[in-house]
Amino acid sequence: MLNRMLRSRYLPAFLMLAAMLALPYVLPSTYYLRVASMVFVFALAAMGLNLLLGLAGQVSLGHAGFMGVGAYAVAIGPTHLGVPAIPSALAGVALSCLLAYLMGRPILKLKGYYLAVATLGCGLLISMVLTNEAQWTGGPDGMGVPRLVLFDAPVRGVQTWYYVCGVALVIGMVLAINLTFSPTGRALRAIRDSEVAARVVGIDVARQKLFVFVLSAAYAAVAGSLLAFVNGHITPDSTSGFLRSIELITMVVLGGTGAVLGPVAGAAILVILPQALTVFHDYEHMILGLVMMACMIALRQGLVPALTARFRERTA
Amino acid sequence: MVGRILGSVAIAATLVAGGWSGARAEEIRIGSVVSSTGPASLLGDPQKRTLEMLVEDINAKGGIKGNKLKLVLYDDGGDANAARTFATRLAEEDKVAVVIGGSTTGTTMAMAPVFEDAEIPFMSFAGAIQVIKPVRKWVFKTPHTDLMACEKIFTDLNARKLSKVAFLSGTDGFGKSMRDQCVAAAPKFGIEVVHEETYGPRDADMTPQLTNIKNKAGVQAIIIPGIGQGPAIGVRNYKQLAIAVPLYVSHGVASKEFIALAGEGAEGVRLPAAALLLGEKLAADDPQRPVVLDYTKAYEKKTGQPVSGFGGFAYDGFMIVAEAMKRAPSNKPAAIRDEIEKTKGFVGVDGIYNMSPQDHMGLDLSGFRMVEIRKGDWVAVP
Repeated sequence: MLNRMLRSRYLPAFLMLAAMLALPYVLPSTYYLRVASMVFVFALAAMGLNLLLGLAGQVSLGHAGFMGVGAYAVAIGPTHLGVPAIPSALAGVALSCLLAYLMGRPILKLKGYYLAVATLGCGLLISMVLTNEAQWTGGPDGMGVPRLVLFDAPVRGVQTWYYVCGVALVIGMVLAINLTFSPTGRALRAIRDSEVAARVVGIDVARQKLFVFVLSAAYAAVAGSLLAFVNGHITPDSTSGFLRSIELITMVVLGGTGAVLGPVAGAAILVILPQALTVFHDYEHMILGLVMMACMIALRQGLVPALTARFRERTA
Repeated sequence: MVGRILGSVAIAATLVAGGWSGARAEEIRIGSVVSSTGPASLLGDPQKRTLEMLVEDINAKGGIKGNKLKLVLYDDGGDANAARTFATRLAEEDKVAVVIGGSTTGTTMAMAPVFEDAEIPFMSFAGAIQVIKPVRKWVFKTPHTDLMACEKIFTDLNARKLSKVAFLSGTDGFGKSMRDQCVAAAPKFGIEVVHEETYGPRDADMTPQLTNIKNKAGVQAIIIPGIGQGPAIGVRNYKQLAIAVPLYVSHGVASKEFIALAGEGAEGVRLPAAALLLGEKLAADDPQRPVVLDYTKAYEKKTGQPVSGFGGFAYDGFMIVAEAMKRAPSNKPAAIRDEIEKTKGFVGVDGIYNMSPQDHMGLDLSGFRMVEIRKGDWVAVP
């Protein structure tokens, strides 16, 4: 049984589930649960991006924009439109997918730097809309998110959201693993390695790229909704800003593109390190930069792939 | 042998005594989250330096009621999400008695619910009125609201018998919030907004917007609600276009750097500002003069930089909290909160604070001075 689990393709998801269930017994206070929830949320967004970047080899520099759509959906729905939070969240995911579909159709024809710049533009546009439509979004200062009410009981407390975010991440992981091992996953990998070759063997390149772009936008939107629920107050910069997009990319690259646990490791580093480095006061940014550089120099394929490769070498 | 026993007894006695005195002189933890790096560092950096300086100063004088203070300060980089995490950390991990910080309205609003839930008093440096309206039991703030800045400008316009204004407002949080408050308050003062333009926080040129305003018939004054270097660029372009109507900027530019950036164009520009800006030029009998000069001298000596209005918010916030802690019967957060709310007649660099259960800022318009820039310096206008 254990052996089968260890060999299973779902091993990363099992590990994640076990870690999520064990952590609350180890962590001394809800502050740590809050940090862990942030890791889960950003890992989920980065995981969607990893499907796009690691699996299909397409870059998006504007992915936080889709997080913003998800986050503002759960804030605007209940506040302005009287729509309950859960349908608002679903509408946010749908809207995010629709936006990704409409934008993806023309821009996914672009390659390399051109695609990067086009996605960057999309992200900035979403962020600008959220900043400027102040009557809906509260402008740059952001807006409050009404508490989620389920069956007449408000969902509150860091602990509850910790589990919600954790479960969402595990589900996201299972879906990502399924996709990786499906025909679509193989097609996407073929596109990453050579678009021409993929087309020659009969893969509908445009369709597959569009599919994975929309899927990754859905991941980001779910993560955005969760972020809004956990925080209770959102601002355009903290959900959809350009720096957020860069942070997501960094998480994917640092953790290792392609590996399912990669985004989790990347998110963990970028969320936990700034908290741990506060003891260095004025030097924290410098040390954060140094750690990231050291990681990229020593573990070139990213944390998870490089470490698993070393582990295998030793056990073999 | 006896000597040795006596020796150990002596050591034990000092240990016990040390333990006792340690228990009596409690360390009070003061939490702070400011944006000392990132896009809002213009605000957060002087606030961080001010808080560090004041805590050092109070500890050097023996602390508050014999208790030393410990400042636990985090930098949120202007990110509301990070601010929220640090707020949780202050409440859960560091167990602070009181929190002073929150450089922007965005970070303040993200943190406020955490301290409301944890029941820790929170003194914010955020400008917007939404921080204290509706009143939150545990949340206070020191800066004047943007609504008050509008009222001050409109009062001055009324005195000059001008009524038709044009806005050139920043699209950042500060500019947007102040513009909204001004437009809402305008009718009360008989002010008519005849034209509106906006600028982005990173715009390097505002000639097109100002040309539109110049060509608009009937504009009698221009108001630029904004913060940082944006208004300085607007003022330069205003000079280049030789626009004849008076120009007002906001309290968000209140630093010497603004005059330097705006150059000649700043001549004759008016703005509402705290007494801190006038420094030596305050009247000799001005109640705020001693505190303004004290803070200015101490800050400039400590940091080697000119004092800024944003650091002043931190000064007032910290001193109100320190005074409240001196009066409070215990060092419990609830006791400190109650005393903050009872602050009456506290003379700060931004004005004279009179807090109440309905008013968690406690400033009125008298703390604001209408200032005109003449020959590269601030001059008070009556």
